[in-house]
Parts: sequence; structure tokens; C-alpha cells
Amino acid sequence: MAIRACLGLMILLVFSSTISTALFEDQVGLADWHQKYIGKVKHAIFHTQKTGRKRVVVSTEENVVASLDLRTGDIFWRHVLGKIDRIDQVDITLGKYVVTLSSGGSILRAWNLPDGQMIWESILQVSAPSKSLLHVPANMNVGKDNLILVFGGSSIHALSSTDGQIVWRKELSTNSLEIQQVFQPHDSDIIYALGFIGSSEFVAYYVNYKTGEVLQQSKASFKSGFCGEASLASDDVVVALDASRTYLVSISFRNGVINFQQIYIRDLIPEFSGKATLLPSKYNGILAVDIASSIVLLRVKGVNELEIIEKINYPSAISDALPLSKEQQAFAILQHDESRIHFKVKFDTDLTNEVLKETIQMDGQRGNIEKVFINNYMRTDRTHGFRVLVVMEDHSLLLVQQGEIVWSREDGLASIVDSTTSELPVEKEGVSVAEVEHSLFEWLKGHFLKLKGTLMLASPDEVAAIQAIRLKSFEKNKMTRDHNGFRKLIIVLTRAGKVLALHTGDGRVVWSVLLPVLRKSETCGNPFALNVYQWQVPHHHAMHENPSVLVVGRCGHNFDAPGIFSIVDAYNGKVHNSLVLEHSVRHIMPLPLTDSTEQNLHIVIDDNLHAHLYPKTSDSVKIFLDEMPNIYWYSVEVGKNIIKGYSLEIKGELDMAENVFQPKELWSIVFPSESETIALTATRKMNEIVHTQAKIVADQDVMYKYISTNILFVATVAPKASGEIGSATPEEAWLYAYLIDTVSGRILHRVSHQGAQGPIHAVVSENWVVYHYFNLRAHRHEMSVIEIYDQSREDNKDVWKLVLGKHNLTAPISSYSKPEVTVKSQSYFFTHSVKSLAVTVTAKGITSKQLLIGTIGDQVLALDKRFLDPRRSVNPTQSEKEEGIIPLTDSLPIVPQSYVTHALQVEGLRGIVTTPAKLESTTLVFSYGVDLFFTRIAPSRTYDSLTEDFSYALLLLTIVALVAALLVTWALSEKKELREKWR
Amino acid sequence: MEKGKGLARRWAVEFAENSSYSSSTSDVPDPIGFNRSASDPDDANASRQKKDAESAWKSQKAWEVAQAPFKNLLMMGFMMWMAGSTVHLFSIGITFSALWQPISALQGVGKVFEPYKDSKVDILAPKLLFIALNLAALALGVWKLNTLGLLPSHASDWVSSLPPAPEVEYSGGGLPIH
Repeated sequence: MAIRACLGLMILLVFSSTISTALFEDQVGLADWHQKYIGKVKHAIFHTQKTGRKRVVVSTEENVVASLDLRTGDIFWRHVLGKIDRIDQVDITLGKYVVTLSSGGSILRAWNLPDGQMIWESILQVSAPSKSLLHVPANMNVGKDNLILVFGGSSIHALSSTDGQIVWRKELSTNSLEIQQVFQPHDSDIIYALGFIGSSEFVAYYVNYKTGEVLQQSKASFKSGFCGEASLASDDVVVALDASRTYLVSISFRNGVINFQQIYIRDLIPEFSGKATLLPSKYNGILAVDIASSIVLLRVKGVNELEIIEKINYPSAISDALPLSKEQQAFAILQHDESRIHFKVKFDTDLTNEVLKETIQMDGQRGNIEKVFINNYMRTDRTHGFRVLVVMEDHSLLLVQQGEIVWSREDGLASIVDSTTSELPVEKEGVSVAEVEHSLFEWLKGHFLKLKGTLMLASPDEVAAIQAIRLKSFEKNKMTRDHNGFRKLIIVLTRAGKVLALHTGDGRVVWSVLLPVLRKSETCGNPFALNVYQWQVPHHHAMHENPSVLVVGRCGHNFDAPGIFSIVDAYNGKVHNSLVLEHSVRHIMPLPLTDSTEQNLHIVIDDNLHAHLYPKTSDSVKIFLDEMPNIYWYSVEVGKNIIKGYSLEIKGELDMAENVFQPKELWSIVFPSESETIALTATRKMNEIVHTQAKIVADQDVMYKYISTNILFVATVAPKASGEIGSATPEEAWLYAYLIDTVSGRILHRVSHQGAQGPIHAVVSENWVVYHYFNLRAHRHEMSVIEIYDQSREDNKDVWKLVLGKHNLTAPISSYSKPEVTVKSQSYFFTHSVKSLAVTVTAKGITSKQLLIGTIGDQVLALDKRFLDPRRSVNPTQSEKEEGIIPLTDSLPIVPQSYVTHALQVEGLRGIVTTPAKLESTTLVFSYGVDLFFTRIAPSRTYDSLTEDFSYALLLLTIVALVAALLVTWALSEKKELREKWR
Repeated sequence: MEKGKGLARRWAVEFAENSSYSSSTSDVPDPIGFNRSASDPDDANASRQKKDAESAWKSQKAWEVAQAPFKNLLMMGFMMWMAGSTVHLFSIGITFSALWQPISALQGVGKVFEPYKDSKVDILAPKLLFIALNLAALALGVWKLNTLGLLPSHASDWVSSLPPAPEVEYSGGGLPIH
């Protein structure tokens, strides 16, 4: 008995040791990569005065404030503010603090310039979030406590720049005031604040800088109204645009007397038509106006006199003014000329001559220049040199100096909209001999080093060399398909409309293309990217063709805006076809059907609920018509609280050229709007593969999973509790979870959680759904699991019938057969709030699953699905233990070693995408946000392959040693036998 | 010892024609008064007795051999009980040896009873017992295999390899994409 117990203990140890899947320190970077981005730059402040590290501080549209190395573009430090904490402005004060104003002028923070530590933070009382301005006085008198002025809403705050204390606060006691310009004439204590009240009144305040006292205030109204843009031309003249954006209004406000002067733009610029925009700039007496085709520089000569200086044809960009001395300012003009960019720098004192003129070659896939920031440096001959930081249309950031692009950052990758994966090309025969020899030598050398490392004979230098070899493995970065399916292309679509292919080996950009149809044009004024789908995946036929992806966009933000299609080659980024559709895009359904060239069939539902079939070929129509009676679709209307199900039908004759099908409403589920609102829906991934329909439970019993791709998980919450956590009491908050069959509209299961509210995250896989929400009663987050089983197959338990194949388990099933289902569910507490939920997928679906949880700390946590098993009980029986059921606990454990992202953070995490590798045990995980992170994980360990650090050399050595030993002993025994015989 | 044995008779050449009777004195005539035929019945009786004893001994031995697997069976049973019912190296090893032993014994059943083969000895019964006991041992092995869960005797063993049933309908859609 004691032996049995001992054995049992041993087995238990063996089993329990398989749970942890942590990483060793030297394994970091072998299979994973991490890239840091900042997003599209909005503001940039250079800090180059002091000797030492030159840097530029930027704030971006992804709410990142970062300090970049001006020499290389690397990030010194970076802070990602929350999603709702929009950065309004950024500046540098006292020469050592970076000040950021965010959240509609209500939060002011100071960061230490060298290392990015927060120095202080002030919350300002702002009546309503509105356009806000930050004013940091330029005259830096050392020793004097400089005040930072924040204009926001109808108030002015003055804060001490050393500690963020509010020194004074002035309420300007007017509603709907919007301060447009703030300036401080040199060496004066008076601040001029100019703005608009409503849309027609102009107001000028003179405020004492030290006390906040309003010295003078003058108002005047202008009858045709303002559009809200104004540009300061000189110390006493402001130029604004009127409401129709066709007149320039020059406003003089000298000594509190306000005069308006209206100038028709067409009088100045005869070819002007449409609407003008004022470019925000601060030049002495110069104004930049953006009219549709070009940028016009105007000189303000007097109150009513404007003169055209220069017209710069579009596409071009112009920088802010850079003060060089008290009376001289410089600004940069960048102008496109096909693939070249002309870079000019001018002084405002001498506009006809250029100080600097350079031409730069530019990659065509970056689009037009959007923003330019200028900075100067001293050359050795004491003249000014200039460098510019350029923000391109694809959100990339470049530094241009001396006619060259010094560095560039692909910051469009901080705003990924959607992603998919593609296989790499198959390896061709005929590798050159030299390469083989080289790699053979390298291989031997590498293995020799590895062997030394294994035998602990390596010196520290050699250990470093081993690590370098492992990290820069030639194998993982090849541009061909590998046996394990680890090498793939991740094809991402960014918000700028750029499609990039990243290599899974090291994350480098293989190709990128800025889609022409997703750029602003006359036909499509405001295009934006939506999704990316697999268009053509050649498997058996059409092998000579490259796989391609379908990029879907829309012209404008309304649902009835026309859709945009673009088909891009996945190997080289060539755009095969792109078109602006005649109809809108409301839903896209990739069908599980392919045509003869292995193009996936897609159904596009437009805003009139008409269905369009793509690709528009007669071949695809023929294939589709065969399957049409079995194709259904449904629409979730969140605002109306309705889910409607439709089938497709042909009314009258089918137009073969158009392929338009009409909807036929089949069912609808109406949620009572006084008690429920739809909070979230989730479905299974279409490409998920399930290995088996049976779940073997304790004692060899079988439960049949209800596996259907047509399951829709819907979570509804009480309307009162649809806000943030804490906005409702536990009594008035509830959450309903539904499982709905989307073919027949049947509600398979419904469960309520009293006192629960969102935000809800859910993931559906196989026959289960896991969802995460907040429990108001327990004041904790909870995760629930629902597993759904098919009761109608339960009687398939006769072994002989199964042996002889007399069962109906593999017969096709229909949703209309209404199988009886049973449901098992369980809830657990979970410590973290969640940003994203995903589940691992493997090639055959055999490997056990792990949930991937994007935590609030921007990390990805892997949690075994076994912890979320509804059959967990407090005291599992022996057979349940053998099955691997974990004893019930009230909360889910967070094992620090099971963070997929180990020590890294994927700042601003928005999505986790999993793709199966060819190797069954392995899943590729790509998570994106502001940062990108890729790794591969094996939920049940790599049971089907040797680990990366397996020493082949040691194995070889062992074999050789064994063979040698065998030969020696054989020879010895032969000798002995012979001697024996002679005796 | 071995050397002595070797020395005893390294080699021998028999030149006589009827070498088979080398030790007997067949060439020499019988002494007078010796009736070879008279002594026959007595001699025959003795040899029959001897033969009977031998066959009895043989059959006894055969029965012993036939019963030998029983002890084995008991030992195997004990070993199996020791090994427990979880799958690991020991239990699998023991189970497979428990399966292999009876099978190999059954294969060599003729050889085992070869020495006891005699026209007078009935070795069928011991043979059958031997076979029966070995079959019992085999059954025990199979039973053990089953308790280890290595036999496809449950519905679960046949179902898990079946692919999920294909679905007739396909449905897509969801929230309007934005």
C-alpha cells in the first residue's frame, strides 16, 4: 500500500509540474518581439539648447507624450495617458519640465524632461471641457517663479511651474467663451487673451500676469459671425474667418477699441472657390490661409490691407515660426513634387529669398506631408542650420536634416484597425552552394558553442555569443514558409489607410502600401479604413497565384456612405484592384465557399439590407446559388434593442451583372428597452477548428458538445447600469446573458446576474463562452463560463453501435432540428479589469485552450481554460481529479509566470489576435495597441517538438560515445573469447 | 569438473559393423541352459513395469508443468495489485509482461510437453489445463489493461475520434461594421 501511495504521489508531482509555462530570462526575444510606437504626432517641442542629448518632446493622437532622441528617433521615455485623457497641448517650462494639458483643459501635468518622471499634477476646475490653451511665458528669468496660464472654458488658471500650485484663478463669467489666442508682448506683465463668445462676438481681455486682475475688457459683435478660427497677425491685429469661410475679417483691438474689416478672399485670390481654412501660425504680420488647392501666405500691412506674398501649390505644408532673435523668425515650407520633396526655409524679414533650399527623395508609400515642425542648430561657421520633423499622411514621423532623412518612425502602427495573417511563399528548390556551406559552417560553430554552454565550459563572452546567435537566428527571419508554420506575415490595416505586412520572425515591415482609395480625393472626401479579410488563399488549385487580402473602407462616417474595396497581394503589397462601391457596407460575411480560383466568396449587406455577392463572376454566382437556401444573416441593432434574422431571396429575375439579393425577414428578438439594453455581442471565430464533438468526463462518460458556428452571445444590461461602474446601485443593476442560434432565432439559454454591470468582455469558442463583468454586490470583477451540451445525442453510448458505425453523430445537423441542450455554468471572481479577451486556437483543435486576457496594466495574461470549468467542485472525486478538474476556489488565480508578455507592456492594448501555427501545440499571439507584441505560446507545452535550446550536438556526442563504447566492448569481448578458446 | 569430463572421453572410433550393440555380447553364443525365450516374460514384465513407472512419472510431470502457470497467475495478480490502476511505467510494464507471458507460453505449448510425449501418456488433459490457465492469465492481463483504461471498451473511446458533425446552415452578420 505504501508503494502505491508513493507512486501516486510521484504521478501527482509529474502532472502538477506541467501547469507552469514560464519563460527563462535568456529565452526572452527568441520567439517574441515587441515594438514601441507613439502614434501620429500632434505637437512637437524641441529641446536642443543645452549640450548633451538633443531631444524632441511630442504629443500624439494616441494620447502619448514622449521624448525622442533627435539623433536616432529612439524613445527616451514615453507615457500613454488614458483613452479619454486627450492631450490638448504640450510645452516645456523652466527648461527642465514638460508640461501637458489634457482632458479638455482640466488636467495639467509636469514631467521631468530627462527621465520622464511626473513632477506634479493639477486638476483644474473647468465648467465644461472645451478648447483650451496653454501659455508658458517665453521669458525665462532664472530664479523667478514662472506662472503657467491655462485658458479653458470661461476661466483662466495660473499655476506655479515649480510645484503646480494654483496661484490665481479668474472666472471670466461669460458662457460659451472660447479663447483663440493668447500672447504676451515682450517684457510686459499684461497678457492679451482674444476669443469669441458664441459665434458672432469678439472679445479681448487684458489680464495682469501676476495677479490675474482683468485690466481691460472689450467686446464687439460682428453680424455675419465667425467660424471659430483666428490667427494673430501682429500685436494688435487678429485675422479671423467668417462663418461662411469666404471672407477674412481683420480685427484690430488697439487700446480696447475693436474694429472689424471684411475682405473677400476672392478679391485677393481670384481662383479661390469653396472654403478656406486658417493655418495656425504665429508669424509677425504674416498669415497662412489654406484654400482648397494651395496654401497662400498673406502679409498684413495694415488693418485693411492684405498682400499676397506667395502661393504654394498643394500638396504642401508649412511650419510654425521659429524665433531666431527678437526681430527675426524662420519658417519652413515643404512642397511635394511627385516622389521628391522641396524643403525651403525663409525668414519673415525677407520673404523673397530662401535661406535654405533642399530636395529630399521620399518613399511614395508615405503619402503627403501633414505637419512640419522646424528647429535650428548652429553650424560651425556660426550660421543657422535647420532641421524639420515631418509628420506624413500615413502617420509616420521623419527627421530631415541636410537634405536627408536622418531617421523615420512607422508610427501608423500605433493605430491598427484590423489585422489578418498570410502564409509566406513556399521555399523553392536550388539553394546556392556557397550559402549552404556558409550556413553549415555557422551551424557547426553554433552547435559547438551551444555544446560548450550546455557543458558549462563557455566563457562569459561565449555565453553572450550563444545568446546573440539564438536571437538573430537566420531560420526565423527567412522569407519562406517553414515546416512548423511559425513564419507568417501579419497584415495590418492602420487608421491612416496603410496596409503593412510584418514578419512574425522579428516584426520588420516586409512591405507597406498606402492605399490610394483610402486617401482623400474628390470622389471620397473622408475615407476611413474598416477591416481586412482573407480574399484568396490558394491551397490546392491556383497555386501559382499569390494569396491576397481584401481591405474594406467607407467614404465618410455614415452607414449609407459608399464602401471601398481594395484587393492587395499578400506577398508584395501590390494593389490588384480597388474600387469605390456603388452601395454602402453595413455587414460583410465571408462565406465558407470559394470559387474555382480559390477566391473566398463574400456577401456585403448594404444599408438598404440588400445583399451583394463578391467576387462578381458568373462562377461565384453559380456556386453561391447552390448554397443560397442555407445562408442566413442577422443584424444587431443596438439603438433599437432588436436582433433580426434574415435569409436571402431573389425577387424577379436575377441580374447576373449585379448579383443583388433581397432580404427576407425570418425572426426578430426584441429586448424590452425599459429593462435591457444590448451591451455586447460575441460570436465564434469562423476559422476555429474543433477536433471532437465529445467531452470525456470522469469514468469514461461522454457528453456531447453543442458545437455550432451560429451561436451568438448577447449580453444586455439594465439601462440605468449602462454607464460607468458605480453609476447604479446593485438593486437597479442586472445583466442578462443570452445564447442565441442565429439561423432560427431560438434562444438556447438565458441567465441573469443580479447586481452586475459592464463593461462586459466576452469570448466564444467551441461550445463555451466566457464573459467578464463587474459584480456590484461583491465589489469585484467576475468571470462566468457557460458550457452548452447537446442533450439529443446523449443516447449514443452503445459501444457496439459505435464500433460498427451505426450512429448518426457525423450526419449533418440543422438548426431547425431544435436539439435539446443542457447548460453548465459557473462564476469566479477575477482580480483585474479587462481590456480585451481572446482564446488560443490551434491547427487541429486538439491542444487544450488558454484564455488570453488583456489586463488593465496592458499585459496579456494566459489563463488555462481548466480554471474556468463549470464542473469544478470543492471536493472532486478521484476520477475527476484524474480528469484534471481543479478543486473549486472562489477566485481565479493569477500566476505571475503566466504573463505572455513577461516583463513587457503593450501600451494602450486594444486587441489580441491568435493564429494557429502548423505545429498543433503552438498558437501565434499578436497583440496590438500603441505598441505591438508578438509571441508564440504552447498551452500544453510543446509536446510535438523539441525545444529551441535542445542540444543536438550533445545528442550526437552521446550517440558517438555510445557507438564507440559498443565497438570497444565488442572488440574486447571478441578478444577474450578467443583467448578462452585457446586455453 | 568440465576438464575431467572432457578427459573421460575425448573421442572414440568404433570399427565394428554393428556398433549399436557394441556393449552387448551378441556374437558370443548363449551359455548352455540359458533359454533366451524363457527369461523373456519376466524381463518383459520388468520393462513394462519400468515403462509404466516412467509414463506415470511423465504424466505426473506433465501435470506439474500444466499447473505451473497457476503459481505464475497468483504472482501476476499480486504484482498487478501492487502496480495500482493508474497508467505509468510500472503498471504498463507489468501488464504487458502479464500479457506476453501467457501468449508466448501458448505459442510454445507443444514444446513444453514434448519431453512427456508418450504413446501411453495422455498429455491432452494437462495440455488443456495448461492452455486454460494461460488463457486465464491472459484474461487477467486483459482485465488489467482494461482497468488501466487502455482498452477501447467505452463509448468515449470511439466517439472522440469522430469529427464534429457538419452544419447545414451558415449564418453571418452581427453589429454593423464601423
